[in-house]
Amino acid sequence: MNIINYLRCFIGIIQREALRFLQQQGRFFAALVRPLVWLFIFAAGFRSILGVSIIPPYETYVLYEVYITPGLLGMIQLFNGMQTSLSMVYDREMGSMKTLLISPLPRWFLLTSKLCAGVLISIFQSFVYLFIAWFWEVEAPFYGYLALVPALCLSGLMLGSLGLFISSVIKQLENFAGVMNFVIFPMFFASSALYPLWRIKESSLLLYNIVTWNPFTHAVELIRFALYAQVNYYSLIYVSISCVVFLSLAIWGYDPSRGSLARIKGN
Amino acid sequence: MSKVPALNIDTISFSYGKKATLKNLSFKLERGNFAVLLGENGAGKTTLFSLITRLYTPHAGSIQIYGYDVNLQSTEALKRLGVVFQQRTLDMDLTVWQNLMYFTSLHGMLRTQAKQRVIKELELFGLSEHSNEKVRKLSGGQIRRVEIARSLLHQPQLMMLDEPTAGLDFSSRLRINEHIRKLCKEEGLALLWATHLIDELELTDQVLILHHGQLIASGEVKTLIEQTGTENIQEAYQKLIGINDERKPL
Repeated sequence: MNIINYLRCFIGIIQREALRFLQQQGRFFAALVRPLVWLFIFAAGFRSILGVSIIPPYETYVLYEVYITPGLLGMIQLFNGMQTSLSMVYDREMGSMKTLLISPLPRWFLLTSKLCAGVLISIFQSFVYLFIAWFWEVEAPFYGYLALVPALCLSGLMLGSLGLFISSVIKQLENFAGVMNFVIFPMFFASSALYPLWRIKESSLLLYNIVTWNPFTHAVELIRFALYAQVNYYSLIYVSISCVVFLSLAIWGYDPSRGSLARIKGN
Repeated sequence: MSKVPALNIDTISFSYGKKATLKNLSFKLERGNFAVLLGENGAGKTTLFSLITRLYTPHAGSIQIYGYDVNLQSTEALKRLGVVFQQRTLDMDLTVWQNLMYFTSLHGMLRTQAKQRVIKELELFGLSEHSNEKVRKLSGGQIRRVEIARSLLHQPQLMMLDEPTAGLDFSSRLRINEHIRKLCKEEGLALLWATHLIDELELTDQVLILHHGQLIASGEVKTLIEQTGTENIQEAYQKLIGINDERKPL
């Protein structure tokens, strides 16, 4: 197996995920409607209540809609990561996961390729969201949009890896509701996606500590700074390390000798 | 290299939790062999397939495909292996063509070569006209044929089929059976066919009988009939299972 074989496999996995995405138009609209509802309704309602002071990367007061946009981009990626997880569990139940796992190429490569496919889809969704938000006066500098791509790649990989790891420990599709309650909602609400860190600190020091430990907070901050063509190095390192940890756990989870697949009879 | 068996199962054991599913299982399959793995439901056939395909790792022992250890040299081992699982593994929402092309990419096959192989296998299995149909719209027999065609795309040297005819009508079963046997003769494939449908056997087939996770008998159909002093393989099988089964039949 040489690099061309690997590349062919990578492209094949991307194409398959893209085809599935195109066929699941409901998934695309759901992924888009969710943050747009937050932008159009939640942000409009809360803009007069929640004041946002001048904090980096903003150089002036910003509308609440502008403030929560990085959080909503993170939300798209968080849900997409969990969608990846859901589709892995579904594929496992339907049997099509076996087609992937019996490929002669290394399992870490197959899983990472599948992850990359999910990230590419989430980046596409994010830019469609930004395009719509642009009409809602949510604008960023041109270079910000360019700098956003690598930030979305990294945060998407981290959240996708988390989803992949979760899929390796979930036994049945029915258990997925628990993921919503115990992973998605706590991660999203206990983060800087909806309110700035200083406001959380004022309300509760404990919650502030939780929020600063939450990898999703750093994914949002990485996106927030990137949108203004800046780098938040602390968040960059935090997200990178989290990504390596989650991806390693996911690969471990799918390892036939150590992971949990062997405990899930019927795979 | 010519003496290396197509499949070498060397004293493997596996359990789900505390329940031992396979116990010290060993057998060899030579190239060109057509071997039938017989066993009741729950005998351990599907688990054995999962171990050979590296979905699980045995708790003891080793598995080699053409001399390559499945767990230590998985790339070399798995690229020689074609599998049809008992459970359907095609993506029902993609077309036949998309499914097959996806499979070729998982084996790193170059696009031009992949297209040629897909066209050839579709023709061989009489599926060309269904190429652009979604798998969901095909009949059970057609889906099975697509799965067998898919497993041959990368030109494997060892084929494993886990209950490929289960749930199919008589004519579909007959067609698939004939086709597989033809492939084995013409292509020189080593083939392991797991089934509990005894009527699919022929007198010269190599048989492996798996019972409660252990290999209790092996040999040609006619030899097993002679050894057990029975009239046919059905009786021989029942006798062998009965001898080794302490439980009384219901």
